[in-house]
Amino acid sequence: MSTTSPPSSALPAAPGFWARFFDSDIWHSFTSSPMAMLAAAIAVVCLFVSLFAPWVAPHNPFDLATLNLSDSRLPPVWVEGGNSAYLLGTDDQGRDILSAIMYGARISLFVGLASVLLSLVVGVGLGLLSGFVGGKVDAFIMRVCDVMLSFPSILVALLIDGVGRAMFPNAHETLAFGVLILAISLTGWVQYARTVRGSTLVERNKEYVQAARVIGVAPLRIMARHVLPNVMGPVLVLATIQVAAAILTEATLSFLGVGVPPTSPSLGTLIRIGNDFLFSGEWWITIFPGAMLVLIALSVNLLGDWLRDALNPRLN
Amino acid sequence: MAPPPLLEVKNLRVEFPTRRGTLLALDDISFDIAPGEVLGVVGESGAGKSLTGAAIIGLLDPPGRIASGEIRLAGQRIDNLPYEKMRQLRGRRIGAIFQDPLTSLNPLYTIGRQLVETIQTHLPVDAGEARARAIRLLQETGIPAAEQRIDQYPHQFSGGMRQRVVIALALAAEPQLIVADEPTTALDVSIQAQIIALLKRLCREHGAAIMLVTHDMGVIAETCDRVAVLYAGRVAEIGPVQDVIHRPRHPYTAGLMGSIPAMDEDRERLLQIDGAMPRLNAIPAGCAFNPRCPQVMARCRSERPELVDAGATRAACWLVHEAVSS
Amino acid sequence: MLAFILRRLMQAVIVMITVAFIAFMLFQFVGDPVTNLLGQDATQEQRDQLRKDLGLEEPFPVQFAKFVGNAVQGEFGLSLRQGRKVSALIVERFPATLELAMAAAVIALAVGVPLGVYAALRRGRFGSQLAMTLSLLGVSLPTFLIGILLILLFSVTLKWLPSFGRGDTVSFGGWTTGLLTVDGWQHLVLPAITLSVFQLALILRLVRAEMLEVLRTDYIKFARARGLHNRAVYFGHALKNTLVPVITITGLQLGSLIAFAIITETVFQWPGMGFLFIQAVQFADIPVMAAYLCLIALIFVIVNLVVDLLYFAVDPRLRIEKSTAGH
Repeated sequence: MSTTSPPSSALPAAPGFWARFFDSDIWHSFTSSPMAMLAAAIAVVCLFVSLFAPWVAPHNPFDLATLNLSDSRLPPVWVEGGNSAYLLGTDDQGRDILSAIMYGARISLFVGLASVLLSLVVGVGLGLLSGFVGGKVDAFIMRVCDVMLSFPSILVALLIDGVGRAMFPNAHETLAFGVLILAISLTGWVQYARTVRGSTLVERNKEYVQAARVIGVAPLRIMARHVLPNVMGPVLVLATIQVAAAILTEATLSFLGVGVPPTSPSLGTLIRIGNDFLFSGEWWITIFPGAMLVLIALSVNLLGDWLRDALNPRLN
Repeated sequence: MAPPPLLEVKNLRVEFPTRRGTLLALDDISFDIAPGEVLGVVGESGAGKSLTGAAIIGLLDPPGRIASGEIRLAGQRIDNLPYEKMRQLRGRRIGAIFQDPLTSLNPLYTIGRQLVETIQTHLPVDAGEARARAIRLLQETGIPAAEQRIDQYPHQFSGGMRQRVVIALALAAEPQLIVADEPTTALDVSIQAQIIALLKRLCREHGAAIMLVTHDMGVIAETCDRVAVLYAGRVAEIGPVQDVIHRPRHPYTAGLMGSIPAMDEDRERLLQIDGAMPRLNAIPAGCAFNPRCPQVMARCRSERPELVDAGATRAACWLVHEAVSS
Repeated sequence: MLAFILRRLMQAVIVMITVAFIAFMLFQFVGDPVTNLLGQDATQEQRDQLRKDLGLEEPFPVQFAKFVGNAVQGEFGLSLRQGRKVSALIVERFPATLELAMAAAVIALAVGVPLGVYAALRRGRFGSQLAMTLSLLGVSLPTFLIGILLILLFSVTLKWLPSFGRGDTVSFGGWTTGLLTVDGWQHLVLPAITLSVFQLALILRLVRAEMLEVLRTDYIKFARARGLHNRAVYFGHALKNTLVPVITITGLQLGSLIAFAIITETVFQWPGMGFLFIQAVQFADIPVMAAYLCLIALIFVIVNLVVDLLYFAVDPRLRIEKSTAGH
C-alpha cells in the first residue's frame, strides 16, 4: 500500500484571514444594510475630522489672536448676512462655529472613548474574576453591581464629579479630565461585568476548561484563551452602545457646567454657551453643535444596533 | 373498498431560500394517512420529519415555504389556504403536539383557561359547558382530581402530567388528525410508554388519526400501523410497520433496523451505517443514500429512484425496481 | 413569601446604610463638617461649641450612629449656599419634581407600550421601521438638547408655550401643585415631554424586543396550532407574557426619571429637587448633596420593593408553592 501524499499543487491553499472575513456572514450583513454602511461612514468621518481637527478646521477658534470681534454673531453662509469664511456662522466672540464643532467633537470623542475603554477593562476584568473564582468574591462583586445598577448613571457621574470638585477646588485640566472620565466609566462597567461573568460561568463548567485546570494550565491563560473569545461579541455590542451613551453623558455634564473644564470646550459646553443666544435669534450657535452631537450618537447607536442583530445567532 | 384517505401529501417540496442559494429541505414527499390510522414518520435528525408536520399544519417558520406539491385533507386542498381559513382548520380538524410540554404551555394562564379558550374558539358552547368538557378531557387523560387541578398553573404539574394536559388541549376541539412531533422525547423513559399508550388509546376513542414523528423505532414498533422512513428530505421506504421492520427492502431501512441492538442477539459490536446523512446543501445526485449504500450500483449515482411497490412495502431504490421488473 | 419580603427588607436596609455611609463620608472628609452644618458665617466660638456638641473627638462608629440618627429625622444641617435648613429646601422642592416625573412616566408608558407592541407585530412594515428609527433618535438625543429644541420651536418660534418655571401653583397642606391651573398645565407640557422621550424610546424598544422573544416561544406556536384567533394569540397570550418583565423594568425606571429630572429642571428652570442638586454640585454644597443622595436612595429602595411585590402579584410561578406533583 503506497502512502504517497498528493502533490501540494493539487490542494487549494487555505483561505487567508481577509478572504474569510469578506466572505463571512458579518461582512455580508454589513454590505447589505445601507443603514449600517451609512452609519459607519458618518462615524468614520466624524472620527477623522475630530482626530485631525487642528489640520482640517478652517480656523482655530481658541487662538485669541485670530479672533475678529467685528465678525461676531454672523449667521450661516446661506442666510442673509453670512460670510463664506465662516460656513456655519460665528458666536458672540467671533469664533467660527464649524471649527468649534470640530474641536469640540475631538474633546467629546476623547472623553467618550476613554471612559468606555476604562469601564470595559474594569468590567471585563471583574466579570472574569467573579465568574472564575466564584464564592465570596463573586457574591461581593455582584452585590456591588446590584447596588450600582439601581442608581441612574447621571447621578453617579454628578456625585463623583461634585466630590472631585469639592476635594480639588483648583484642579488643573488633566485632573479635571481624569475625574470626569472616571465618573463616566464608573457608570458603565457593571454591564460588562455581568455579561462576562455569565459567560465565564457557562464556560467554566465545560469539560475542556476542567481538563485544562487538571493539567495545570494557569487560570489566567484559560480565561484569556477560552472565555474571552466567546464573550467578545456581546462585549463589542455593549461597548458600541456605551460609546454613544458616554458621549451623551459627557455632553450633559458639560452642559450642566460640571463636565470638561471651560478651557477645552466639548460639544456640550458649546451647546450651553449657545443656549444663552437662543432667545435673541442666533440659533446657529447652539443648533450646529447639537446637530453634530446627535449625528455622532446616532451613527454609533445605529452601528451598535446593527452589530447586535448581526451577532445574534438566532436571527441568522 | 378502502375508505378515502384522510390526509394526502403529494409531491411536497419545501424550500428555504438563503443567501447562498435555495435549500430543498423536503424533496418530493408523498404519503397518505387513512382515517383513524397511526402513521409513524421516522428518520435521523435533519431528515425532514418535523418540517413535514409543520408544513401540514401550515406553520412553517419563514423563510421556509412550500415550493410545490399538494396537501389534501379529506379531499380538500389545504396547502394554499389563506391564513384565516387555515386557522379555522387548526385545532378543529388537525391538532398538534410538540416535543417539550414545559414550554408548550403558557406559564401565566391556568390550564383550565387554556382549555376553555381552545374549546370555545372552535365549538359553539358556553363557558359552563366548555369547562365541563375540559374537566372530562382531563379525566380522560388520566389527571387525578381534575375539578381542582383544572385551576392550577402549568408549573404545578410534573413533566408527564403536563404532556397529558397538552394531549387534552390537542384533542379539545375533536380534530380528525393529530400531528405529534416527538411527543415523548423530552420525558422520562419510565413515562414514555404510558404517554404513548394514552395518546393511541384516546385517539382511537375520539376517532382521530395520528401522524407520529419520532426518531425512536421502539415507539414506532409499539404504536404505529404504518411507517414512513425519511432520508435527506425524501421518503426511502413506506409500508406496514411489521413489514418495514422485519422485511425492509431499502438498504437504509435495513441499516436502521440492523443497528438496533436486540436482547436475543449475540453480538460484540453495534452495527452501524458508515458515513452520515448529507447536509441540505450537499445532497448527492441520484439516490441520496448512494455514498453510504453497501449495495450501490452505477445507476444509483446518477438517477433518482421513485417509490415503487415491493410486495407489502414501497421503497425508493433501484435494487427494488430491478427485482420487481424481473 | 414572607421570607422573601423579609429578605428584601434586609437588602433595603443594607443599601440605605451604605448610602448613609457615603453621605457621612461626604460630610466628614469633604470640606469641613462644621462648616457643613453651621454655614460659612459662624463665629469661632460657635464652631468650637459645635465641635464639642458634635462630639467630633468621639470614635468613628459613634459619630456615624449620630449621623444616621439625624438623617432618619431628616436633619442634614444648613445649606452652604443658601443658609437655610436643607430639609426645608427639599420639602419645598419635592412636589415639583414628583409631578414632573409622574407626568413624564405617564407619557412614556401611554405612548411607548402601544408603539412597541405595534413595532413587534408589524415587523418589517414601514410604520414599524419608522417607530424603531424614531426610538433610536430618542436615545441618541440628549435630554437637554430635546428641551432646547422644544423651547426653540414652541416658545421662541411659535410662542405657544412658556419655557421656564412652573406657572401658577396651588398649595394645600405642605404640597404645592401645578395641576389645578391651566397655566400650571401649560408650563408642565414641554418639560414633561422632554423628560419622557428617553424613557419612551427605551420602553418602546424593550416592549418590542420582549414581544418578539415571546412570539418565538413554543407556547405561542402551540396556541397557533390550536387555531386560536390572532387576537387571542397576540393580545391574550403574547402581550401578557411581554408585560411581566416590562412592568418591573418600567417601575425601576421611575426612580431613574426622578434623577434625570435634574437635567430637565435645569433647562426649564423648573423649581424642583434636581435643579437644587445641580446648584449644590456647582457650589460644592455638601449638605444638600448628601441629603439628596439619601432621599433618592430611599425612593429607589421603596420603588424596588413595590416592583418586586408587583412581580409576585403578576407571575403565578412565584406565588403558589409547588404542590404535590403526580405524573
